[in-house]
Amino acid sequence: MTNQDYVIEVSGLTKSYGTNHVLTGIDLKVEKGTMLALLGPNGAGKTTTVRILSTLLHYDGGTVTVAGHDVASKADEVRKVIGLTGQSAAVDELLTGRENLIMMGRLYRLTKASATARAKELLEQFGLEKAADRPAKTYSGGMRRRLDLAVSLIATPPIIFLDEPTTGLDPRSRLAMWEIIKKLMADGTTILLTTQYLEEADQLADQIVVIDGGKVIAEGTAAELKGQVGKDRLVLAFKDDEARTAAKKILGKVVVDGDPKTFTLSLTIDDINTDVKNVLDKLSEAKITVMSMDVHKPTLDDVFLSLTGKQKATKMEEK
Amino acid sequence: MATELVFENKPRAVMALIDSWVMIKRSSTHIIRNTDQLLGAFFQPIMFLVLFAAVFGGAIGQALPHGVTYLNFLMAGIIVQTVAFGSTTTAIAVTNDLQKGIVDRFRSLPMNNLAVLNGHVVSDLLRNTISTLVMLITGLAIGFRSHASFTHWLLIAGILLLFTFAFSWLAAIVGVIAKSVEAVQWLSFVLIFPLTFASSAFVPAESMPHYLRTFAVNQPITQVVDAVRSLMLNVPVGNHVWVSILWSLGILVVSTPLAAFLFKRRSAN
Repeated sequence: MTNQDYVIEVSGLTKSYGTNHVLTGIDLKVEKGTMLALLGPNGAGKTTTVRILSTLLHYDGGTVTVAGHDVASKADEVRKVIGLTGQSAAVDELLTGRENLIMMGRLYRLTKASATARAKELLEQFGLEKAADRPAKTYSGGMRRRLDLAVSLIATPPIIFLDEPTTGLDPRSRLAMWEIIKKLMADGTTILLTTQYLEEADQLADQIVVIDGGKVIAEGTAAELKGQVGKDRLVLAFKDDEARTAAKKILGKVVVDGDPKTFTLSLTIDDINTDVKNVLDKLSEAKITVMSMDVHKPTLDDVFLSLTGKQKATKMEEK
Repeated sequence: MATELVFENKPRAVMALIDSWVMIKRSSTHIIRNTDQLLGAFFQPIMFLVLFAAVFGGAIGQALPHGVTYLNFLMAGIIVQTVAFGSTTTAIAVTNDLQKGIVDRFRSLPMNNLAVLNGHVVSDLLRNTISTLVMLITGLAIGFRSHASFTHWLLIAGILLLFTFAFSWLAAIVGVIAKSVEAVQWLSFVLIFPLTFASSAFVPAESMPHYLRTFAVNQPITQVVDAVRSLMLNVPVGNHVWVSILWSLGILVVSTPLAAFLFKRRSAN
């Protein structure tokens, strides 16, 4: 049953604190060398899932294997191949960046010489050489996150858990973090990332699992998820309401929306190439001038809102 | 691209020792880097020693056996009191680690997790040794004189180190139980204040009211203080040395596994 290509396999995972059911059935599969993003609002169960996968937390039901090892019975084996970073991990503030790295390297069972050499390499890679010998408490938020990630990479574990690695970072630090994560992916690391930023999942992940209320409510690639929500939209702007009304008559049913005040029409399209051409041909025949046009692709924000919205709606019905 | 990594290949027990050594280095670095705490470790004992000797010396001195000055009497008490109050630092360090999430990181590593506690407790020995040496030097400067032999001093050092170690493990339990640093502070205060003041640390226990005396004479701090004091003043020690060592060992036997158990349970939630 265990497929070697899947490095992380979770099925039917449940976890409760008393009557508070945090996870009510999570299924995940992460292929070797890919990134899966666990997307969800605050309190969806993202961090709980990561804590269970990284052996920090016991779970109630289901099966969880990481690198083929059961996390409950083979926690020590799992710990040798994972790195954890993000909101549920931390660095030592009184130690310098270099000391943090060497200490964690030693605890990963690296020899002293090896830990020291690897620390130097990571400090360079993460742009922390200048701050290397300053206590971590003097670091900026972005530097601290970079150190946090570097620390989890000290023994180059093949599997990394990134728990909201960019939450609270300014846009520039976030981009820097993304670049680092992309490099990690290029090196073939398997990554499980949690985030509440759709853009982040869209930019980085191969597969996205949307969770809310402790269960999976959707999964697929970014493109597949967007496809679930709706088709691309073509937004056309005209020079006045007369032109707009005329165009609306000609185009007929495909018009789904529009705004008389801005003289715009919005229509769904299946295929950009043929549909846009058809629309423009029809309008040209009728001698209606299009002032501007814009193809609007559904964003993950649309996906997210529609999915979590639906979830809330069904919950209300259940009650 | 990456340098070749070399992993240790040693038996489990040796690795556990290396883990503890790494954590002792970490906690000791904390002591040195945490300037406020370091100043406390230096000046608080000096202040206590000088103030107590000056304030109570006149009144209590008269109640002491002939030929014993209050400073000579006080020295053992103030050292043990400093160790007891200083153990709060261990408790705070443990609470801080649990709160800040670094324990989570340690637990996600293939290390022996109890090394975290070992690190704090052992480095506490280092800080207390500094405090004690500072007090002894200050004491000598203001008139403390001891008639103890070298062997006695070795015995004193042994008793004090063992007691410090035992008390730090108790403090580690407080650190694991407490939910915040504030909680550690009041919890330690409530536990340590009565233990140190209802003891022979500052006044002879015989001068206390009957109900308090029974407690004071038999509790561990009095035993440790009396053992150290008798050795320092070179007077007959009675059974204080053995009883104090037994107390410390007893505390260790109970508190070490309890701290380990509570730590594992607390950090797994």
